[in-house]
Amino acid sequence: MNAEAKTIEERQAALKGLGTSRKRVEDARFTQGKGNYVDDIKMPDMLFGDFVRSQHPHAYVKSIDTSAALEVPGVIAVLTAKDLEPLGLHWMPTLAGDKQMVLADGKVLFQGQEVAFVIAEDRYIAADAVDLVKVEYEPLQPLVDPFKAELPDAPILREDIADAKEGAHGARRHPNHIFTWEQGDKDATESILSSAPVVAEEMVYYHRTHPCPLETCGAVASMDKVNGKLTLWGTFQAPHVVRTVASLLSGIAEHNIRVVSPDIGGGFGNKVGVYPGYVCAIVASIVTGKPVKWVEDRMENLSSTAFARDYWMQGKIAATPEGKILGLWCHTTADHGAFDACADPTKYPAGFMNICTGSYDIPTAYLAVDGIYTNKAPGGVAYRCSFRVTEAAYFIERMVEVLAIKLNMDAAELRRINFIKKEQFPYQSALGWEYDSGDYHTAWDKALAAVNYKGLREEQAKQVQAFKAGETRTLMGIGLCHFTEIVGAGPVKNCDLLGMGMFDSCEIRIHPTGSAIARLGTISQGQGHATTFAQILASEIGISADDITIEEGDTDTAPYGLGTYGSRSTPVAGAATAMAGRKIRAKAQMIAAYLLEVHDNDVEWEVDRFVVKGAPERFKTMKEVAFASYTQAIPGVEPGLEAVSYYDPPNMTYPFGAYICVMDINVDTGETDIRQFYALDDCGTRINPMIIEGQVHGGLTEALAIALGQEIAYDELGNIKTGSLMDFFIPTSWETPDYVTDFTETPSPHHPIGAKGVGESPNVGGVPAFSNAINDAFKAFGLTHTHMPHDHWRVWKTANDLGMHA
Amino acid sequence: MTKTSITLNVNGQTHETKAEPRELLIHVLREQLEITGPHIGCETSHCGACTVDIDGRSVKSCTLFAIQAQGSEITTIEGLGGPDKLHVLQEKFKEHHGLQCGFCTPGMITRAHRLLEENPDPTEQEVRFGLSGNLCRCTGYQNIVKAVMAAASELNQTEVA
Repeated sequence: MNAEAKTIEERQAALKGLGTSRKRVEDARFTQGKGNYVDDIKMPDMLFGDFVRSQHPHAYVKSIDTSAALEVPGVIAVLTAKDLEPLGLHWMPTLAGDKQMVLADGKVLFQGQEVAFVIAEDRYIAADAVDLVKVEYEPLQPLVDPFKAELPDAPILREDIADAKEGAHGARRHPNHIFTWEQGDKDATESILSSAPVVAEEMVYYHRTHPCPLETCGAVASMDKVNGKLTLWGTFQAPHVVRTVASLLSGIAEHNIRVVSPDIGGGFGNKVGVYPGYVCAIVASIVTGKPVKWVEDRMENLSSTAFARDYWMQGKIAATPEGKILGLWCHTTADHGAFDACADPTKYPAGFMNICTGSYDIPTAYLAVDGIYTNKAPGGVAYRCSFRVTEAAYFIERMVEVLAIKLNMDAAELRRINFIKKEQFPYQSALGWEYDSGDYHTAWDKALAAVNYKGLREEQAKQVQAFKAGETRTLMGIGLCHFTEIVGAGPVKNCDLLGMGMFDSCEIRIHPTGSAIARLGTISQGQGHATTFAQILASEIGISADDITIEEGDTDTAPYGLGTYGSRSTPVAGAATAMAGRKIRAKAQMIAAYLLEVHDNDVEWEVDRFVVKGAPERFKTMKEVAFASYTQAIPGVEPGLEAVSYYDPPNMTYPFGAYICVMDINVDTGETDIRQFYALDDCGTRINPMIIEGQVHGGLTEALAIALGQEIAYDELGNIKTGSLMDFFIPTSWETPDYVTDFTETPSPHHPIGAKGVGESPNVGGVPAFSNAINDAFKAFGLTHTHMPHDHWRVWKTANDLGMHA
Repeated sequence: MTKTSITLNVNGQTHETKAEPRELLIHVLREQLEITGPHIGCETSHCGACTVDIDGRSVKSCTLFAIQAQGSEITTIEGLGGPDKLHVLQEKFKEHHGLQCGFCTPGMITRAHRLLEENPDPTEQEVRFGLSGNLCRCTGYQNIVKAVMAAASELNQTEVA
């Protein structure tokens, strides 16, 4: 069969475009061990860098003696803040408008802080020398509890800015206070709280955790002194921003810096920020004239690179006796650690926490967030979520459950009567967002029916009776969650990182023989961009996805973009891809019309070709047009077939979902067994259902980890207690359940293909679903709320506190 | 520290190299022999990204001295299959979307290979238990388990045929 004889459906299928569960093109190299991650990079004469780190959470650095380290054969140099100071690199700016020490400048502020950087011929020598660097400390009182930060006897952490009354986000009321961020109408909300018939209150803590990608962070810097060009390979979720920052910090002109993100072994937000290791590797390469590799180990990763969450959210929710929510109030104490290094768009010091009205039509709301310094590692990244959206979703989904208890109402029904209705979209939320589209009732009803919710509640009631009768020691918890995310940052008018507008980009070149390459400003860390972006393009330009190469991550070749995090790749770069494809098609239409000897408006697009209107036998395929664009002189049209699009989204996208977790809990051991997990996601137009399902599985497993045990814990002296995988919980295949996935499809009205993004939904929605299941199981025994992580000991403790072991 | 000559048999090839007694196998494989399929994820034997096969056993090469592997038969992901002939597991991981970032994949497949050698017809629970020394942060394991079960099924059919 020749190409022309195929039916429209066959031609459509051959494209492997939108909606196809196309197998991943990335997998060939990964399954054969041929990925190229930063630690795989090996260069002639490459040196290794390793850090001397502080064992003290808070101390003055009295002296650093590097002499013994320098005597070790193979040690090239040891850098301290004194060496970096003349270059102005002993401190660096953070994404949150603060600054952070690259190497300890007279003081350390968290355990694991970088104090000195050893450069040696191999990693073993570097490690030997690290042990020989003598640092004299004068320990200071640590500040671990953010609620004690402003007490009269609290130690002052940031002496460098102790007197600054203004920070990057407005007034500071205390040297340990970073900012207060307020959204919504305080007076109106407090007025409603004082007059409402029902008000439920709760302190909801979302504990400190860490994205912990399987590959740690690292970089290889290579300063070519002959050409004056710096090349930096590294684990960067935003390579272009890293290039700009590197240029501004080092003074090297931006065209002389090439930043490359090779394959990245998972990011989950951990690889958004700029870390001291990157800066030190660059300086070390400039100083030595040789390539320098720095790759952190797991303990360094968990104890010094960006943590996530750590929000204490005090909530009040007002309602009528029938359950109609009238108002929501939230005050959050945000523990930001020693430096404010949160990765949020500049104008949002608490990210998009003001999505905390969730899926509900809440007329009046108020949110205040106080950022606080403590002696803990800096960070506050969006661990597989858009900026602070997971905290917001957890807060509202706990508050709704707490309200349901107060009202003695079914929590599913309470949600239903408060959902924003389909006809209310676009919906203006009380805290300032315009939700683009949604159909929450349909999703909710589908989810409840899928799990036989009524039947589950009946079974649970019987189980409670059996427990009370002494017939069982197992409880059943039903964890509900309906979440709404805000992703795809974002419109340049209000979203930037270090001043760089959060647009994204795609550049397409169609080759003469009809295949193509497209380059984007994003970078995959496992999301499968090389597979899915080709699918978007295939549907736009009629070239099979198999004939389209996708490249990202090399700033010398890719167009400028803000990178991959906050589920922004599909909403922003995916939109740029579609728009660039449409530019290709617009030019191709002129060429096709010329070849077909008709007016431009007399041809129309059909899957992979332009057809003369009313004469379907006369057509030119995109492949034919591409060839003609390089081989024929076409009047009024430039040769070649290329396009570039920089896309500034008009709005964020608002994916949503309905998750239900059914859990069996042994009250005597605290063990939890996930019997069933149903996840319905609505991410708008679905690009690759196989990849969506994989993202949901993975995100749910991260949510399971966070809800059931994963934490970055400090003792009262500021010692990190969960600094290795011995103590930091990552679920194995043994405790991870099978998930049931489902979907509804409500396209985004403003996105060119209607897609909203999905990668982070399961983490955002999963955590409340797991946590609600635990809380729900104990509800019949008097529990209103218990904090995460719900590890076996804490679950046992909850049962014990409720007198269930008596 | 003084380096000693060691001989390592990796993927059917003999490599003569020098290493300090304290050098870990993963570092010698990756940095001297340039066999970079096995990865380093935790340095404490928890994550399994560094899993290699030594004399018919799955071993985490981040906590074994290279010199301990002298005289043994070492197989890494590179030895299981390549462009000319993929191992069934490599095919099934792709077919069932059993990987995302790919960092755990070489160790995971190497372990799955040994698991199926030990137990050619495992139940799903046996696969889950057998892979529990290998962590994955991306996939949630569901599709990995599916891929291993599918590989077992195909290998068994091939043998019967």
